[in-house]
Amino acid sequence: MKYAVQIVGVGGQGVLLASMVLGNAAKNMGFQVSMSEVHGMAQRGGSVLSTVRFGDDVVSPLEPVGSADMILGFEPVETCRNIHLGNPSTAVVMNLDPLLPPMVVTGAETYPDVPLLVDFVKSKNDRLVTIDATRIAVEAGKAVAANAVMIGAMAAVKGFPIPVEVLRDTLLEQVPPKFRDLNAKAFDMGYSVASQ
Amino acid sequence: MGFASTYPGTPSSEIGNILEVISSDAGMYFEFSNNEKVALEVSAAAAVSGVRSFAFMKHVGLNVAADPLMTLAYSGVNGGMLVLTADDPSAHSSQNEQDNRYYASLGLLPMVEPSTPAEAKDMVAEAYAISEELQLPVLFRTTTRVNHARGVVDFKDRQTPVTKGHFEKDVVRFVNIPAYARVNRNVLLEKNKRALDLSEESPLNYTVGEGEVGVITSGVSFTYVSEYISGAEILKLGFTSPLPEKKIAEFVKSKKHVVVVEELDPYLEDSVLRICAQYGISVPVYGKRSGHLPRAGEYSPDTLTGLSGLLDVKTFQDPNPRCDIRLPSRPPTLCAGCPHRGMFAAVKKAVGKRDVVYCSDIGCYTLGVQPPFNAADFIICMGGGAGAAGGFSKATDQLPIAFMGDSTFFHSGVSPLINALFNNHRIIMVILDNRTTAMTGHQPNPGTGRDHGGITTDALDIESLVRGVGAKFVRTLNPYDVKGSTEAFKEAIEYDGVAVVISKCPCPLELKKRKVLVPAMCEVDPEKCIGCGICLKTIACPALSKRDDLCVIDPTQCIGCGMCANVCPKKAIEVKK
Repeated sequence: MKYAVQIVGVGGQGVLLASMVLGNAAKNMGFQVSMSEVHGMAQRGGSVLSTVRFGDDVVSPLEPVGSADMILGFEPVETCRNIHLGNPSTAVVMNLDPLLPPMVVTGAETYPDVPLLVDFVKSKNDRLVTIDATRIAVEAGKAVAANAVMIGAMAAVKGFPIPVEVLRDTLLEQVPPKFRDLNAKAFDMGYSVASQ
Repeated sequence: MGFASTYPGTPSSEIGNILEVISSDAGMYFEFSNNEKVALEVSAAAAVSGVRSFAFMKHVGLNVAADPLMTLAYSGVNGGMLVLTADDPSAHSSQNEQDNRYYASLGLLPMVEPSTPAEAKDMVAEAYAISEELQLPVLFRTTTRVNHARGVVDFKDRQTPVTKGHFEKDVVRFVNIPAYARVNRNVLLEKNKRALDLSEESPLNYTVGEGEVGVITSGVSFTYVSEYISGAEILKLGFTSPLPEKKIAEFVKSKKHVVVVEELDPYLEDSVLRICAQYGISVPVYGKRSGHLPRAGEYSPDTLTGLSGLLDVKTFQDPNPRCDIRLPSRPPTLCAGCPHRGMFAAVKKAVGKRDVVYCSDIGCYTLGVQPPFNAADFIICMGGGAGAAGGFSKATDQLPIAFMGDSTFFHSGVSPLINALFNNHRIIMVILDNRTTAMTGHQPNPGTGRDHGGITTDALDIESLVRGVGAKFVRTLNPYDVKGSTEAFKEAIEYDGVAVVISKCPCPLELKKRKVLVPAMCEVDPEKCIGCGICLKTIACPALSKRDDLCVIDPTQCIGCGMCANVCPKKAIEVKK
């Protein structure tokens, strides 16, 4: 068995935390894990891509284009930008909350309508789950917990090889104690919404 | 190891960030040196005194440190010494993608190359053994996909490091005047022969799999080959200088053909071709020279598809097509409240339509290349902007304006300043002092003083230093006061000589990390805002946007720096504490 998740988003959204939670959960399951990401300049609001691969005989830190089992998209445009990392049977979890790039804010570029982006992904993938992670996080207590919502949604994807409890426990181990309740709630809400 | 030193540079920065935290508990000495050359020299001193040392840097950092390294090879070391180079194929966070394996050939130094994080950890022990056996520094060559990769690493018990040694004087060995350098060159060549023997027998060079076709590979490329190619025997090289030539010759001669898979330049491939020629082997060797593999950019499993006629490469899923909707770009950008924004805005305003050359440098302020600032016309290397500015001032009638950060100033900005004063260059040098080494992850620098590993030092004062070397025109400005800075900068433009402008304001990201950022917020008064967009056009802060023809401020991003308020012609923005 091999499983690859491409986590995409914007610097500051918690993509790195999500990949660490997933990587550690996979390690706790006894899988081999190989991950890589490009950061450094990423925290300055740029696009971020983190690859997490786990299973048997996994050594490469990169996944071939098109072979991802799942794309976990923290932001609509970033999800579309990386859609070629998957194929028609790749599971796509897509947060619907846009983060406007500076070039859009200044009016130099435009941000496409989100429903248009959703339709595009739908036209390429049979397995799209859309989720309003930020709104759910606010409901759970705080917008910053949107990444926990996304991690919860990941656990709900059909065929995802890590049991929901293992992923949940790993997340809660990695967040500061005072944010544990918030993250647990956000994770559960993400899992439940994506399970529907 | 008992001693480590670095100058931060991605993809090696994270090593220093970890050592800053753990070095005390680990019982070792660690320092951020002010540049890579000094980092290499302090570690060299430790190693010649019998203390195991570790100097690490990004690939271009080794250019800075190459001067001491080439002659240190002549003298050799007593305690083991590793020099880690973090190469960056695809230049993810660099100005070039040079292949530092050639430094091993240039300096006749042994080199090892790990393929995974776990192997990197194990190879440190192997590399120290090689270094101590040969009494030579060992080049520890990594690339981005080894450095910024994560995997499961098993730790074993570590030995308590020796942190103090004694320097045993030996003039012939350690004083490379010409007469002794000629002696030491021969000593080094002898060591190189012994290194070859070690490489031939090293467990770091081994074969896996079987087949009549062979693959020779090293570094991260091995992970792609081993996962995605079948039916071939792989010679995996971990000890890559000197290369185990007998082992390579033995491997190649029984094969139908051989493919060499390595990122960047044909370092292995050219050696394999040379070995074949020398050993009279006529097996075809494919790779970059044959046009099957690229010489630019990092590799990935997809790169191997170019070898499908030569090897049994796993077939990949057909990917989804790329998105055909026009997506907005999202390059990294200066943060909300970044003081560099204020200084760029002030400089642009003061410069007006004058013909200037913006000589920028390596740091967050490199991002000033983006609109609306467009404040980078020439960038080459650390400290290079100010040096080039002096040249532009003599070779053109344009006014050169050099930007550099505080850490870059201490790294290699003092020399070009002295040169400009010495040769009467007409330049403006803007030192963007944000009180940290921001781009690489907020490391301390001489301008902040150090407070880690049980050692505290005072911050060095840039203005005193600049005045001390003889600069007459020196202004320290607050970049959040954009208007005031503009007026002061106009004086710098009029000054006939070397003008130094210090833009002094801490990086808000650093203040947030240290939890000392004073909470504040800018608010737009919709009654006063006329929607002229001057705040957006001059500061371009990501917290600013326009809605219904009025400026709005995103409270989740705004830090209340007040730059937008400062430039608002209608005083429609107020800073609320």
